[in-house]
Amino acid sequence: MSDMNESESGGALDVAFFTRWLTLAAAAVDREADRLTELDSAIGDADHGANLKRGFAAVRDVLEKEPPQTPGAVLVTAGRQLISTVGGASGPLYGTLLRRTGKGLGDSVTVSREQLAAALTEGVAAVGRLGGAHAGDKTMLDALGPAAGALGESFEAARDAAERGALATVPLQARKGRASYLGERSVGHQDPGATSSALLVAALAEAAA
Amino acid sequence: MLINVPETVVADALRGMAAAHPELTVDVEHRVVLRRDAPVAGRVALVSGGGSGHEPLHGGFVGPGMLAAACPGEVFTSPVPDQMVRAAAAVDSGAGVLFVVKNYTGDVLNFEMAAELAEDEGIQIATVLVNDDVAVTDSLYTAGRRGTGATLFVEKIAGAAAEEGAPLERVEAIARRVNERSRSFGVALSACTTPAKGGPTFDLPPGELELGIGIHGEPGRERRPMMTSGEIADFAVDAVLEDLRPSGPVLALVNGMGATPLLELYGFHAEVQRVLTERGVPVARALVGNYVTSLDMAGCSVTLCEADEEILRLWDAPVQTPALRWGR
Repeated sequence: MSDMNESESGGALDVAFFTRWLTLAAAAVDREADRLTELDSAIGDADHGANLKRGFAAVRDVLEKEPPQTPGAVLVTAGRQLISTVGGASGPLYGTLLRRTGKGLGDSVTVSREQLAAALTEGVAAVGRLGGAHAGDKTMLDALGPAAGALGESFEAARDAAERGALATVPLQARKGRASYLGERSVGHQDPGATSSALLVAALAEAAA
Repeated sequence: MLINVPETVVADALRGMAAAHPELTVDVEHRVVLRRDAPVAGRVALVSGGGSGHEPLHGGFVGPGMLAAACPGEVFTSPVPDQMVRAAAAVDSGAGVLFVVKNYTGDVLNFEMAAELAEDEGIQIATVLVNDDVAVTDSLYTAGRRGTGATLFVEKIAGAAAEEGAPLERVEAIARRVNERSRSFGVALSACTTPAKGGPTFDLPPGELELGIGIHGEPGRERRPMMTSGEIADFAVDAVLEDLRPSGPVLALVNGMGATPLLELYGFHAEVQRVLTERGVPVARALVGNYVTSLDMAGCSVTLCEADEEILRLWDAPVQTPALRWGR
């Protein structure tokens, strides 16, 4: 009976899980901030680490101070907070990713991994529309797209797909964002946005472990 | 670096602006710089903003005849939508607000979000993108041409139109026209140092220069052995003229990137003037100085705007800001 209820309500991922995900993401961004900034100084403007660190710290604070009631609300709140604190392109892009994914989860108190995968796919599409980017443009989409696709299979598959996607940006020439101004000189560097996206997906897998 | 800690450089600078310029209202907490007399009845208000590190752009251009408000972001990071919404609400007299936005992905996205939110609050918003940098040649495969020196021309000239009482659609049209008639090209002799990184943003050995740089410490498109001021002027002016092909007189801005002395900038301007004379392009007005900077980068940019009578009249109109001040 309890099994049935779980499948009817959608699954086992609750507010605590989503809060844990974002808290782990904040810790990962904190830990890796210098590396993100280093990658960004090669093909961008050396601020990606500091900006995300500030944003995710603010997310952690708001989730502590005003804990949302549903998984969807956790992501929507976090997305709004990123938009209000990060700036640059990453603020609106990561903010939109979390907001749209959160909206896709609706009002359910618990959701399944499959539902999260479907909502994340919508969120990733919204990021693509907002930034006008496509797969292979050397952006965060190159990690997020494969991750959303693989999340239907397992959390670990999503993590590995994101990591592979980030590494696969190295030989690409950037067509969007500040790195695009470098033309061919952007080749040979890993995209900072794809790298931070892989961190976010790795935190998701860590929260599920 | 002359700082306390990297985390507070923007707030510290705003506190300094507040102390130095009592004619401005500086909201340090919410990061907006406003004309003290805003909103001005019946006048369109110009609001701009962008990452810090380009001073005096944009806060130094707030005042009668130019911007009504500026929103500084973190260093080289666009401001967040909340800042522009707050600024628009503070300066709108009911005549509407023009957002002047440099064409960078982050600025465009944050100003777009701000425009939606401000319109929800009943504020009429128009937006003009500045994209004058000819060094970005392949705009199909990039984020498009960057906004650099022409931002000063757009803010000064459209700001003068707003001060005269022109309605929003007219101010917007003038801003667009100035942008369409302006082109820039920049050169770096050294990289810049961001407070967060504490070291140079790219590696540029002495004896080499980067051609076609932006204003965010991002490397340019091409590196060459050091050139003389005259050779750089030939290269930069020709790059601009090839794209602009002006049929009449121009406004010329020779802009320093932050660490190049005025002595060198004036010497460079003499070379720019020489090249323009050789190419048969008269200079109607010229401005030389550090206006759209890139922290402590050494180097310069050239911006030319094909003038017409209205552009010249609005350029000459009075302006009273911390960084530009004449005619009153």
